[in-house]
Amino acid sequence: MINQTAAAMSEALVKGEVTSTQLTQAHLDRISDVDTSVKAFLHVDAEGALAQAARVDADRSSGKKLHPLAGIPLALKDVLTQDGIPTTAGSKILQGWKPQYDSTVVSKIKEAGIVILGKTNMDEFAMGSSTENSAYGPTFNPWDLSRTPGGSSGGSAAAVSAFEAPLAIGSDTGGSIRQPAALTGIVGVRPTYGAVSRYGLIAYSSSLDQAGPFGRTVLDTALLHDVMAGHDPKDATSINGKFPDVVSAAQKRDVKGLKIGVIKQLQGEGYQKGVQARFDESLQVLASLGAEIIEVDCPSFEYALAAYYLIAPSECSSNLARFDAMRYGLRVGDSDGASAEAVMSATRNAGFGHEVKRRIILGAYALSSGYYDAYYGSAQKIRTLIIQDYAKAFAQADVLVSPTAPTTAFKIGEKSNDPIAMYLGDVATIPVNLAGICGMSLPAGLADEDGLPVGFQIMAPAMCDDRLYNVGGALEAALASQWGGHLISKAPALGGSK
Amino acid sequence: MAISYDEVVAKYDPVLGLEVHVELNTESKMFCSCSTVFGGEPNTQTCPVCLALPGALPVVNARAIESTIKIGLALNCQIAPYSRFARKNYFYPDMPKNFQISQYDEPICFDGYVDVEIDTDEGLKEFRIEVERVHMEEDTGKSLHVGGATGRIHGADYSLLDYNRAGIPLVEIVTKIVPGTGKYAPEVARAYVAELRDILRGLGVSDVKMEQGSLRCDANVSLKPMGSDVLGTRSETKNVNSLRSVERAIRGEMIRHAELLDAGAKVKQETRHFQEDTGLTRSGRSKEQAEDYRYFPEPDLVPVAPDAAWIEELRKALPERPSLRRKRLKQEWNVPDKEMAAMVNADVLDIVEATVVLGADPTKARSWWLGEISRIANDKEVSVTELAITPADVAEIVALVNKGELTDKLARQVVEGVVAGEGTPAEVVAKRGIKVVNDDGALMAAIEKVCSEQPDTAQKVRDGHIPAAGALIGAVMKETKGQADAARVRELLLGHLGQPVN
Amino acid sequence: MSSLSRDDVAKLAALARIEMSEEELVSLSSQFGMILDAVARVQEVNLDGVVATSHPQPIQNVFREDQVRPSLTPEQALSGAPAQEEQRFRVPQILGEAE
Ligand SMILES: [Mg+2]
Ligand SMILES: [Zn+2]
Repeated sequence: MINQTAAAMSEALVKGEVTSTQLTQAHLDRISDVDTSVKAFLHVDAEGALAQAARVDADRSSGKKLHPLAGIPLALKDVLTQDGIPTTAGSKILQGWKPQYDSTVVSKIKEAGIVILGKTNMDEFAMGSSTENSAYGPTFNPWDLSRTPGGSSGGSAAAVSAFEAPLAIGSDTGGSIRQPAALTGIVGVRPTYGAVSRYGLIAYSSSLDQAGPFGRTVLDTALLHDVMAGHDPKDATSINGKFPDVVSAAQKRDVKGLKIGVIKQLQGEGYQKGVQARFDESLQVLASLGAEIIEVDCPSFEYALAAYYLIAPSECSSNLARFDAMRYGLRVGDSDGASAEAVMSATRNAGFGHEVKRRIILGAYALSSGYYDAYYGSAQKIRTLIIQDYAKAFAQADVLVSPTAPTTAFKIGEKSNDPIAMYLGDVATIPVNLAGICGMSLPAGLADEDGLPVGFQIMAPAMCDDRLYNVGGALEAALASQWGGHLISKAPALGGSK
Repeated sequence: MAISYDEVVAKYDPVLGLEVHVELNTESKMFCSCSTVFGGEPNTQTCPVCLALPGALPVVNARAIESTIKIGLALNCQIAPYSRFARKNYFYPDMPKNFQISQYDEPICFDGYVDVEIDTDEGLKEFRIEVERVHMEEDTGKSLHVGGATGRIHGADYSLLDYNRAGIPLVEIVTKIVPGTGKYAPEVARAYVAELRDILRGLGVSDVKMEQGSLRCDANVSLKPMGSDVLGTRSETKNVNSLRSVERAIRGEMIRHAELLDAGAKVKQETRHFQEDTGLTRSGRSKEQAEDYRYFPEPDLVPVAPDAAWIEELRKALPERPSLRRKRLKQEWNVPDKEMAAMVNADVLDIVEATVVLGADPTKARSWWLGEISRIANDKEVSVTELAITPADVAEIVALVNKGELTDKLARQVVEGVVAGEGTPAEVVAKRGIKVVNDDGALMAAIEKVCSEQPDTAQKVRDGHIPAAGALIGAVMKETKGQADAARVRELLLGHLGQPVN
Repeated sequence: MSSLSRDDVAKLAALARIEMSEEELVSLSSQFGMILDAVARVQEVNLDGVVATSHPQPIQNVFREDQVRPSLTPEQALSGAPAQEEQRFRVPQILGEAE
């Protein structure tokens, strides 16, 4: 039952072939079976999940009209607040903190009757691309347990690819949904900035953060995306307008006559051979479906990584100032005579991991007087150039494409001592965040050299998220028929029974 | 080494800079929907946003923006067609986010001015205070320091934080440097703050209570030697919580700076705190280096771009400017400059107007508030508004005098009674048994008694020497314990002694 | 080659209220040259006349009505407090002064 798509589970629930309680219990069992080796979850809320499942089952039997995803289990990245459920953002500084409120995303999820299984592991405060920066230890890639699932939403991606949950929610500040989706062979979408409320999303970089869905198929992902998106008066940066119908788009799958732009700067040199090969094949598939493939030039993308690693640290240095041991969270060094200032400093030293401190210091530097214009100011101008490059490219093409990540999943520890090498892994995903547009990663097959999943990235203009699902749906269907099933069916069984 | 104020201003030219923080009187906080009501139980007016819980986001209060634009317009400012909020980053336990949402290089209002009038040696003189900017920000929580000296931050063992005030909307009004006030610097500063307060009160955007902290002034003062173009080092005095303190703090700082400069020492650029009891300032904890606030545009809030038509609408709805109102009242009440200035200085204009509105004659209302009542307030070291007497009371007293039910002298006793909390004028009159003796029979008895006691004086009057009547009238008044109407006594006395009344 | 000395890092750490060990200060300062070189690439581009983008979406004038809504209860507000007393957050003695 757990190896089904969410759409299939939904159908089974509607037909009464299974109850939400059974479905939820099956996933809780799977978590017990495999999570000791995958370590996707930081907290499993079996009691809350079963209670929610029971409510949905009761509502269903009383004939109440339910959302299509009602009763379907979901894994939630530990960066979103859920009232009363421990939320850490992967950091020691929030160990034991129980939020006093639901994030807007969680409210919407609950309202749809979706069952939250628990909170998933992540790089501390979403800073990282491997989930190795979690204060609670790494998550392991279900395809190869010696490798990382990518990050920062590695726990959510691993949970979905390990069949611990059919759906998951992540957040994507520089690629943190798309890259782990690519590395674990599933679908992940970073929605348009402002399409999903950030209220209750623990901020890393406010102008770049956006929560989004993971699924094993494009349609599943669309179903979840549809629940999450919408205007929220509690988030001033939330878009108040008409949202595209992503579910219909995922079912439309028609690329005939569409122009697909390949970004010159995001391929070739620096991309693993097997990654480039699968990407090229996917392009051929799209062409065979009637799309026109063209090449577009985005010269300023060359500076995207540099701009990102100034903007995100700058914003995070300010966003993370609230973790000060005064009102909640960890407090260290509160001995007789210690000052508030000393306690703050000691707590922040003990509570933050290496990468977080590195970015806070970098951000404080980029914003400091005398350096602001050269660093933060210049980065914001590069951002303008990237937006302009996208505008020109979207004038020529309906969607833009690239490999999601330059490589397949890398070994745990391989890049942990080389921050620059780690940062380079985000080169293809970051421009989307800087421009505030939307992007999807979906499986393009396995790389020949290591047999690991490769991600294909699709990008669309702001509030044109439906284009991602249309093109992604078409490519997915064509590839699945070539492969005789979705890529995820080739994932290792991990001891437990799927 | 003490140096007199006159010596200071003979040698040095003061330069002022004033920053006024005003708490707006919105219902809800600046960025969240918590109540702004003053004096609630600790931490009953907090939410994820104003406690800076992880994930919470600010949303701007529409009325706070409207109030800020109104203030800008009333201060003759330009209203920015586009402005942004910025984060001012520094750590402080009172401030939950450890940054203050404020505005940096893009304030909502900029380039305005306020004119104030000062009574100088050469008569009334107008000074223009240029306003650099009016911007929005948020207040901090309040800390209670426990242990050590009473409530003081220094020596406290620990602190207790209440975030009810965290996030109350604040408007900061910053002047450009104010040169050329010379020896009137303290008065100009006071007049400016008073004018601001009147403007804000007129706009209805703030309670403007300096005692409660809803209007707070920081005063920057520096001195330059007469004739020099080089600005001196400034000190910034905080916690100046009354108009009188503004004046005292600036005068005190001018003297302190001059003493340092005369001794060849340097003025330290620092924050100082005004001490209400001594009238002096004390040094704040000096920072090793200027704090680097790392301002940057607040990414959680979008730009403010007010519609030009809306601004015009607000401009049209502005209330009468206090300076114009003063001119109008001066005409309507027909008062000389000096008296008008005296009323403004004594801060009784509002209360006099309220009394006039209730029917009192402007001259009478003015003389009560500025005279007897101000004297009582001075004795008690409070402002007239803090006394128990109201405009309605004074209007009632004026009416009683007009009706002849009170003499001026009796009316003073009534004022005293009202101030002492004995009730309304009517109640005081009743309780104290105050009444004008206008029973002619009783008065005639007293007159006859006095005339028989002072036959010589009475004879002088009979002989036509009218001024001599004064002594007899005085004696009659004494006889009737001051409760007689002197005019009536005079009338009856002259008639009694066969003289024409006029 | 950019660089940030151990003392520079110490100053930034103080500004960011992080009490770092000597070892960490030294190791961060040694990594910073490389990181700064990478991010300094933003200065290679001619940015004259380019307007900075602070907000990814061109949204303006988002306000809420001035309406009071229920706050948290003090129990909720204080539920995560490391220490509390008299319905207030208890914190160690504060040395500095407010702005
Ligand atoms: Mg300020
Ligand atoms: Zn609040």
